[in-house]
Amino acid sequence: MNLAPLFAPRSLAVIGVSAANDRHPANVIFAKNLLRYPVATYAVNSKGGFIDGEKVFPSVSAIPDTIDLAVIAVRAEFVPGVLQQCMAAKVKSAVVISGGFAEAGREDLQDNLVNMAREGSFPFIGPNCLGIYSPGVVDTFFLPAERMVHPLPGDVAVVSQSGGMLVDLLVKFAGEGVGVSSAVSIGNKALIGEEQLLDFLDADPRTRVIAFYIEGFARNEGRDFVRRAARCSKPVIVFKAGRTNEGGRAVSSHTASLAGDYRVFSSVLAQHGIIEAKNELELVSCCEALSCYPETVIEGRVGIISGSGGHGAIAVDACISGGLMVPRLGEEARQSLRNILSENIRGIASVANPVDLTGSAVENDFISAVEFFCTIPDIDTILLLLLPYLPAISSDLGARLSKVYRRHGKPLIAYVPHIEKYRMFTEGFELNRVPVASSIESAVHMTRTLRRCRPC
Amino acid sequence: MLTDEMVDILNRSRKSGWLVEPEAKRLCTLAGLPVPRFVWAGDLSESLRAAGVIGYPLVAKIVSPAIIHKSEVEGVAVGLADERQLTVFFEKMSSLPGFAGLLLEEKAAGIELIAGAKIDAQFGLIIVLGIGGTAVEIYHDVAIRMAPLTEKDVHAMLHELRGERLLTGYRGKEAVDREKLVRFLVDFAALMTDMAPFIESVDLNPLLCSAEGCVIADARIMLGETFAATGETE
Repeated sequence: MNLAPLFAPRSLAVIGVSAANDRHPANVIFAKNLLRYPVATYAVNSKGGFIDGEKVFPSVSAIPDTIDLAVIAVRAEFVPGVLQQCMAAKVKSAVVISGGFAEAGREDLQDNLVNMAREGSFPFIGPNCLGIYSPGVVDTFFLPAERMVHPLPGDVAVVSQSGGMLVDLLVKFAGEGVGVSSAVSIGNKALIGEEQLLDFLDADPRTRVIAFYIEGFARNEGRDFVRRAARCSKPVIVFKAGRTNEGGRAVSSHTASLAGDYRVFSSVLAQHGIIEAKNELELVSCCEALSCYPETVIEGRVGIISGSGGHGAIAVDACISGGLMVPRLGEEARQSLRNILSENIRGIASVANPVDLTGSAVENDFISAVEFFCTIPDIDTILLLLLPYLPAISSDLGARLSKVYRRHGKPLIAYVPHIEKYRMFTEGFELNRVPVASSIESAVHMTRTLRRCRPC
Repeated sequence: MLTDEMVDILNRSRKSGWLVEPEAKRLCTLAGLPVPRFVWAGDLSESLRAAGVIGYPLVAKIVSPAIIHKSEVEGVAVGLADERQLTVFFEKMSSLPGFAGLLLEEKAAGIELIAGAKIDAQFGLIIVLGIGGTAVEIYHDVAIRMAPLTEKDVHAMLHELRGERLLTGYRGKEAVDREKLVRFLVDFAALMTDMAPFIESVDLNPLLCSAEGCVIADARIMLGETFAATGETE
C-alpha cells in the first residue's frame, strides 16, 4: 500500500461538510486547508449547494480533479458507503475522522472498512482519529487553525494513538523549538498502525527521528512493532501510557506477577534498542537531541562547561546518577586549557571538569573551552550550561558554537533558561542544530539519550 | 520440537489446567533440563521404598492438582531425616484435598534464582530471569526479554540484576558456573518457544545454581486457557 498520498496530497476532498453547522469537524478541516495549505481542497456533501461561497460537490466522483486524499467525516454507518465511493472514484487514500466503530462496540462496521480497503489496496488512517498534520502541506485535524499551536517544519515524525495527546505534544514541540515533519493520530488503527507507519517513515526523507505515543497493542502486535523498530535506520522513541495500571488481576505464577504489562513493555523496548520516554517532556527532549545527532552514539563521557560552580556541581550529580561519566582532566590537560583562556580568568577558573569559567569569562573563553574538549579523546559529549545574564557573552554564542560542532563532530548540548527574554540565545543554538534544554536535568537526559541504540 | 511423550504429559494435565510438580519435572527431564533425582510415590510403602533408594535426608512435597501453592499448606518438607519423619509427613499430607501422593527428591544446593516464561498479550513469549526464592515478589529483581534468547541476551540479563554479585562468589562463597547458567537459560527459552502454544506461564522457582551448574528445584507449568479447555493449540 502506498501511503505517500496521505502525507503529501496534491488534492483533498473533505466529505461531510455541513450547511447547517459551521462547527462541524468537516467544515473546520475544509476551511483551514482551503485558506492555509497548498492543496487543492474540495467540499463534499450529498445535498450539494455552497459553503462560504465555495461549491459543495454532491459526491467525490463529481469533483473534476483526481483526489489524493479524502477526509471522511460522516456518521459511522455511512462510512462504508463513502469509502466504497472513494475507491470507485480512484481516490488514493483516506482519513476516517468519524467515531462509532470498535471503540463503541461496532467491530463489525470497522472490520467491514478494513476488508474493503485490503481488497482494494486502499490506505486509510483511523477511524476515530484526527488524521495527519504535515506542516506547510496538509492538516486534517478538526481544530480551528487559530486554536492550534504549530511547531516549525522539521524532521521529527510523531505518531499517536490519542489525538488529544498528539495536539498537546505539538504544543510542547513548539515550545521547545523542535520541528515536526508530520504528526499522525491513528485512532483505532484499524488498517494502518504503528508498524506500517514505521515502514513509511523509515523511508521518508523528511523524517530523521520517529516518536510514538502508545497506549497498547493488540495481540502480538507489539512483537511485530519492536522487531520492525529494531531494524529501523532512524532513532525510534516511545512514550507509553498506562504504566501503573497493573494491579487488580489475580495471577497464579510468580513470573506473571513479576512480568507485569508495563515492566514487559519497558524491557522489550530496551532489548530492541528503542528509546523509552517516561513523560511528555522527556519525549520532546529525546526528539530534540536525536534530531540534531541522529547517527551519533556516545559512551557517555561528558565534559561540562559552565560559568558557575553550582551549575557544574548539579550537572555532575545528574550525570553520575544517570550512569554517565565525568572524567577528570589530567594535570597536563588542565594546564593547556588554562593557557588558552583569557588572562583575567586564567587564575580563577576551575579547569578540572567540570570547568567553571566564572562570571568574568568572555564569549571567546566558552568557545575555547568547547574547542579544547573537542580535542580530548576521553570526552565524547560536551554539556554547556549557559548563563545568558553574564555581561561578556552575546547571543551569537550558539551560532558560533554550532560551527565548532560542525568542525569536530563531537556532540554539544546546551542548557539555557527558557524564557522569552533569552529566546535569541536559545535560537542561536536551535536554529543551528544544537539541542538546547530548559533545565540542567533535561540537558543531562538529552546526553543519556545519545547513548541509545545499544540494545541490551 | 516437543516429543509425543511431552505432549502427552501436557494433555493429561488439561483438566486441572496446570502440571503437578512431578509431571512438570518429567517434562523438563525429557527436554534435557536438569532436575534433582526424584520419585513420585502414591502410597506410604512406595514412599518409604523410594526414600530408601534416594537416601536421607531428603525433600518431600505434596502432589495435588488442587494445591498450587504448596508451602501455604506446609506441603514442603526439607531435610526429612528418617522413616519416622517421612511417615508423619505422609499422614499429614494424605488428608489434604486432591492428595495424589508425595514427590520425594534429593536435596539440592545453590543460589536461588527464578527462571520463568509467560505469554504476554502484546509481545508473545517473554522470558524472565531473576533472584528467586520465596522473597522474589518483595525484591522484584528480575530481567525480562522477548524470546528467543541468545547467549548474549542472557549475559546482559544477568548483568542487569541488582543481585548479580550473589552469583560471582560473594563473601567467600563459590561463584556460580555462569556459562552453564547461560546455556541453561538458552535451552529453557528454546523449550518455552516450543511449548508456547500450550502454556500461559511457567515458573522454575527456585532454580538452584552453583559451581556445579543449575538444578530445577521446583517447577510449575500453567496451561493456556484455550489448550486446557479444548485441547487445541493456537
